Amino acid sequence: MSVSDLARTRVLPPSASSRPALVWAASDVLTIARRNLMAIARVPVALVFTLVQPVMFVLLFRYVFGGVINVPGSDYVNYLIPGILTQATIFGSVNTAIGLSEDLQKGLIERFRALPMARMAVLAGRTVADTVRNILVLALITGVGFAVGFRPTGSVWTYLQACLVMLLFAYCLSWGFAFVGLAAPNSEAAQAMTFPLIFPLTFASAVFVPVASMPWWLRPFANNQPVSQATFAVRGLMMGTAHGASTWISIAWSVGIIAVLAPLAVARYRRVS
Amino acid sequence: MPDVAVETHEVVRTFRDGEVRALDGVSLSVPAGRVFGLLGPNGSGKTTMVRILSTILRPTSGRAVVAGYDVVAQPEEVRRRIGLAGQFATVDENLTGFENLRMVGLLNHLAKPYVVAKSRQLLEDFGLADAANRVVKTYSGGMRRRLDLAAALVAEPPLLFLDEPTTGLDPQSRSELWTIIERLVEGGTTVLLTTQYLDEADRLADRLVVLDHGRIIAEGTSRELKAQMGATVLEVGFASTDDAARAVPLLADLSATPANLEGHNLEITVDDGPATTADALRRLDGAGLSPTGLQLREPSLDDVFLALTGHKAEDGSDLGPAAASGHRRG
Repeated sequence: MSVSDLARTRVLPPSASSRPALVWAASDVLTIARRNLMAIARVPVALVFTLVQPVMFVLLFRYVFGGVINVPGSDYVNYLIPGILTQATIFGSVNTAIGLSEDLQKGLIERFRALPMARMAVLAGRTVADTVRNILVLALITGVGFAVGFRPTGSVWTYLQACLVMLLFAYCLSWGFAFVGLAAPNSEAAQAMTFPLIFPLTFASAVFVPVASMPWWLRPFANNQPVSQATFAVRGLMMGTAHGASTWISIAWSVGIIAVLAPLAVARYRRVS
Repeated sequence: MPDVAVETHEVVRTFRDGEVRALDGVSLSVPAGRVFGLLGPNGSGKTTMVRILSTILRPTSGRAVVAGYDVVAQPEEVRRRIGLAGQFATVDENLTGFENLRMVGLLNHLAKPYVVAKSRQLLEDFGLADAANRVVKTYSGGMRRRLDLAAALVAEPPLLFLDEPTTGLDPQSRSELWTIIERLVEGGTTVLLTTQYLDEADRLADRLVVLDHGRIIAEGTSRELKAQMGATVLEVGFASTDDAARAVPLLADLSATPANLEGHNLEITVDDGPATTADALRRLDGAGLSPTGLQLREPSLDDVFLALTGHKAEDGSDLGPAAASGHRRG
């Protein structure tokens, strides 16, 4: 028996290997996504961070700060809830960075790299899992929003459109955070590295307060940065005052972000060891 | 023609832009159906070698063929035929034992019914059936290693890489793992094992390669290596360093290799333990030296190194995260 005989004569276990590579890649993504979702369900702290934190923000801004925030021509709660939706999904995509960094640190990625699975599945599975988590968050905020007086004036259809715009944006952003997670030396550092990125984007924005209330020098940034654009789109669609521009600008940002950062993240994944 | 599972030619791997040479031209040939041991201290390049062979890391130069396929040109084909377990390949703490095996099986692109049946069987075989539905976080160190090994076996790979499979385990878990590995080899699996323990290499490996600073410094069977250095180590302790130093010339010709003097202690490797011990005691007595301690022991990796290289096995060289996080040996 020679080298190649070793490979050939041994009966390999049954695999449906006649399936095309793309089908296997999709299967790998789902396997990884499922694994990440099970981990979320089993780590109570992660679940609390994911679900309780946005609810706290709703209550904080609705009942504590809300009284002093004036929004021209609108009830603040109707202004706030679309903003919280945006903020919560963006915070949710940070988990991609933390989760990948943990996998790297614990050596799981080492195991995945020695398996005949699709290379991008570890990253794609993670981002898909984080999207499922974000869908839960959107549903929860919608429910809590209604309980605290949120009354969207758009249709169910535009409400769903708003959610889709937001999920797309958060999904694309999580590829950026995948890159951060792979570049960070550990999960604590990954968390620390994402903070200076998301903090100005979510707070120097139209998420919680109207941009007009900010100093003149901050307004150009606050008006035009991607999170504000996403917020405008979500708010417009939910309240039935959609103006196409922000929706399309938000989608353009999403596509731009993933087009630049996904290849970077994949390259980083291939290189990292 | 011999059966060859792994063949490497002058494999070099450098880190930090060439500053660190983890592997410095390693050529080896691993026969199929046997256990091949890579022996060496931390930082000697063992783990780097395993990571190159399992396609996790690319060699800087040189060539490696695993199960008939080049690791750089056809990594997919290699991955289909290998299993990897050990200190760095690991299991998901948040999943149960069964879920871990199922995940690895599915990622190996195996049919689902097969994966489920095989996972159950492996959990049974490795004494993890009762813990199958428990989250891995609750497992002991020994249980984790067994699960890790089981995960490497879901796809029934003809070739298995075990990177320090028992480092950090208690003696009972170690011997359990050894038994499992021996059973696998009986079943026809080729095993490439890295270890820093001579007893482990001795028990499991048919052939050994000793690595030091990324180079092969010796190879052969365990018996051949031992013959090269003497079968037993005689340790003699003295009341003072002066006494120990005075004893060196008295005992020098009892050993084929130089004596190792460390403070109050003198070590020599000898072929015939009891007879040599009696001889040594007579000589010391004749010179008016009385030892405070006397011991005959099996040679350790340190002794092999001393015999082979003239220096002690050190683990100083830093080869990045992989080597740095490993178990250190004094």
